[in-house]
Amino acid sequence: MKTLEQLDQIRAQISTEMAPRFAEERAEGVTRHIMVCAGTGCTSSKSLDIIAGFQAELEEQAVADRNRVVRTGCFGLCAMGPVVLIYPEGIFYSHVTPGDVPEIVSEHIVNGRLVERLLHREADTGEVTRRLDDMEFYQPQLRIALRNCGKIDPENINEYLAVDGYQALTRILTEKTPAQEIIDTLKSSGLRGRGGAGFPAGQKWQFTANASSEDGVKFVCCNADEGDPGAFMDRSILEGDPHSVIEAMIIAGYTVGSDQGYIYVRAEYPIAVHRLETAIAQAEEYGLLGENILNSGFTFRLALRLGAGAFVCGEETALMTSIEGRRGEPHPRPPFPAVKGLFQRPTLLNNVETYANVTWILNHGAQAYAAIGTEKSKGTKVFALGGKIANTGLVEVPMGTTLRTIVEEIGGGIPNGKRFKAAQTGGPSGGCIPASLIDTPIDYDSLAAIGSMMGSGGLIVMDEDNCMVDIAKFFLEFCVDESCGKCAPCRIGTKRLYDLLDKITRGEGTLEDLDTIEELCNHLKSSALCALGQTAPNPVLSTLKHFREEYVAHVVEKRCPAGVCKNLLRYTVDPEKCKGCTLCTRSCPTGAISGILRAPHTIDNSKCVKCGACMDACRFGAISKG
Amino acid sequence: MPNCKTVVPYRGTQEQEDRLRRFLQDHKGQPGAVMPVLQEIQSIFGYLPEEALIIAAEEMDISLSELYSVGSFYAQFSFNPKGVHQVSVCLGTACYVKGAAEVLEAAEKKLGICNGSITLDGRFSLDATRCIGACGLAPVMMVDSDVYGRLTPDQVGPILDKYM
Repeated sequence: MKTLEQLDQIRAQISTEMAPRFAEERAEGVTRHIMVCAGTGCTSSKSLDIIAGFQAELEEQAVADRNRVVRTGCFGLCAMGPVVLIYPEGIFYSHVTPGDVPEIVSEHIVNGRLVERLLHREADTGEVTRRLDDMEFYQPQLRIALRNCGKIDPENINEYLAVDGYQALTRILTEKTPAQEIIDTLKSSGLRGRGGAGFPAGQKWQFTANASSEDGVKFVCCNADEGDPGAFMDRSILEGDPHSVIEAMIIAGYTVGSDQGYIYVRAEYPIAVHRLETAIAQAEEYGLLGENILNSGFTFRLALRLGAGAFVCGEETALMTSIEGRRGEPHPRPPFPAVKGLFQRPTLLNNVETYANVTWILNHGAQAYAAIGTEKSKGTKVFALGGKIANTGLVEVPMGTTLRTIVEEIGGGIPNGKRFKAAQTGGPSGGCIPASLIDTPIDYDSLAAIGSMMGSGGLIVMDEDNCMVDIAKFFLEFCVDESCGKCAPCRIGTKRLYDLLDKITRGEGTLEDLDTIEELCNHLKSSALCALGQTAPNPVLSTLKHFREEYVAHVVEKRCPAGVCKNLLRYTVDPEKCKGCTLCTRSCPTGAISGILRAPHTIDNSKCVKCGACMDACRFGAISKG
Repeated sequence: MPNCKTVVPYRGTQEQEDRLRRFLQDHKGQPGAVMPVLQEIQSIFGYLPEEALIIAAEEMDISLSELYSVGSFYAQFSFNPKGVHQVSVCLGTACYVKGAAEVLEAAEKKLGICNGSITLDGRFSLDATRCIGACGLAPVMMVDSDVYGRLTPDQVGPILDKYM
């Protein structure tokens, strides 16, 4: 266990060592910090080899004493990965491979010359940006939950201490801050739950603090079961800054009167699990977690529980059932978890991102937080930006930022000169926002007003090549697979909805089907047991509302305007362009193409299975689909 | 006729069982221990063998059906091991019309098992998959991450021989 003085000593010493990361210019004799992203994205493109490569190469070129390699969490620019950032200059290299390492060391590190070819280029203008802070991607962003991601080594508690880590906890425990004061701070900060529903966090803490159980046992849980396809906000926070979540959970335990916490994290996130295990062990070793924390008399233990691949376990009641070691099925509320949650005891359950905001609020004050965002949605929100967008990655913006800013400025627009068609927020529970609403400020209430929802933060961008009926079907298929089967509306309703959508994409739908779909959606919304079923119709209803003409084209004209739905596709040969080379005939797996050498060919659509092999084979662009 | 109900004989070693028993000792009586226990069994044996589940049920004093109920709920758990080599035959439309069914049948005959099953020695598991997007190569079979295209049924045996 460390004493308060020892913690302060570590803070002072390590923050001096970390100074180059925050310095403006390169001072002589300062140790360089070579930051390499070791988030899941960059790790899968060999960033661990890059880290090892730097270490070996620095030794090899005898400069290891003046240069440090630091493994970090996600910088956010996953599309540019693996990324390497060199301080104090702040030079940013993208798409680095292990093979580039010797050149970076000999050129940049030893000779002070930039490796021009690896510098980052803006997606839209192609201009070279040398420094991270100057990049268009970061300009409109404000990083609070992600404040330490990319700045510190997530597997080193000392670096977290050096950026004011465990400062809030130490202060609370030494000053014996009244629990109500902490709750009031959270309330006036306006922080709302970042898992999707947006319930005011302060109120949740208040309810749990007020609740009592016969044996006095209460629990604090963290929902890290991030299951939405296309969402990786929580993963990145856990990978880049696990201590910020742990510190907030300890403070939550102190505030609501609990001595046991659980983090329920997906088993599919091995790096996050490893970093959490490391962080918990380090915090215990320093006496910041476990028995009698910092000699204050307060005890709080923290355990991990791994999810086992069930989307429904992200729902709060199902999550707790799963921690109890049972089938992860939800149950009706009330009673709410704050009153009767895990093992029938009062339980505080917050999402990873919510916790990551808590310590910032306690360190900077409720006023500072409430100054950010819109009237009813305070602070910032992290989004996982994906789909048809140049800068795929992780972004954090103040609430109220418009979708346009996120897509065009931060995201760098749509690649290949295509047109923005829609954005899907909230995954299978959310809805599609059409291009006409691109200037909508993003916060909880404005998204709900246009039939979508904040959700946990997945933001998938779609262009003109995406079929909205197909997208709705995709999310429905996901919900059918993931429905736990406990309640009939969800078990049967999602399947029937899927069947209707499938019928439409096969070209067999009728206009009455559209009405049936709407009716079924509304029944599902009002009668399903948990949020999974209640929100499953959102992708369908929102696309039906904003893209009805596309549904009608499928039903009436038997046509898929985006050219996605295979059964409605027809491949045709342009006789003007066809040279009669017979390449397509030979590539066709079903013998659907006929024609003689050097004369235009034709496709028999009754035999065609729409695999597209002919289109790939044709060298003259003579085959088109539509 | 291929055997459609293969249950791979239990091959758990004493060492594996001891590892499991030690884990159970540490977790016995802990609230909510079922999931970590199942995860440990899967990590020790690669799947959830009935023999291991029986050990766990007895040690933890809960019913086998309860363990089965939890195990069958989550996608992560499997009651059958995967083969050392995983064979999959594409049954997408393009492959199907080019004779994927005959390719699958040839694989079933060669391995002596049904689609969805595993050989008794645990070397091969066989699955039919949805379109893998290699229609130009139809019909297609994959062994682990190797792709074999434009197959005729008589080519299947020699290909699988390479992995025997």
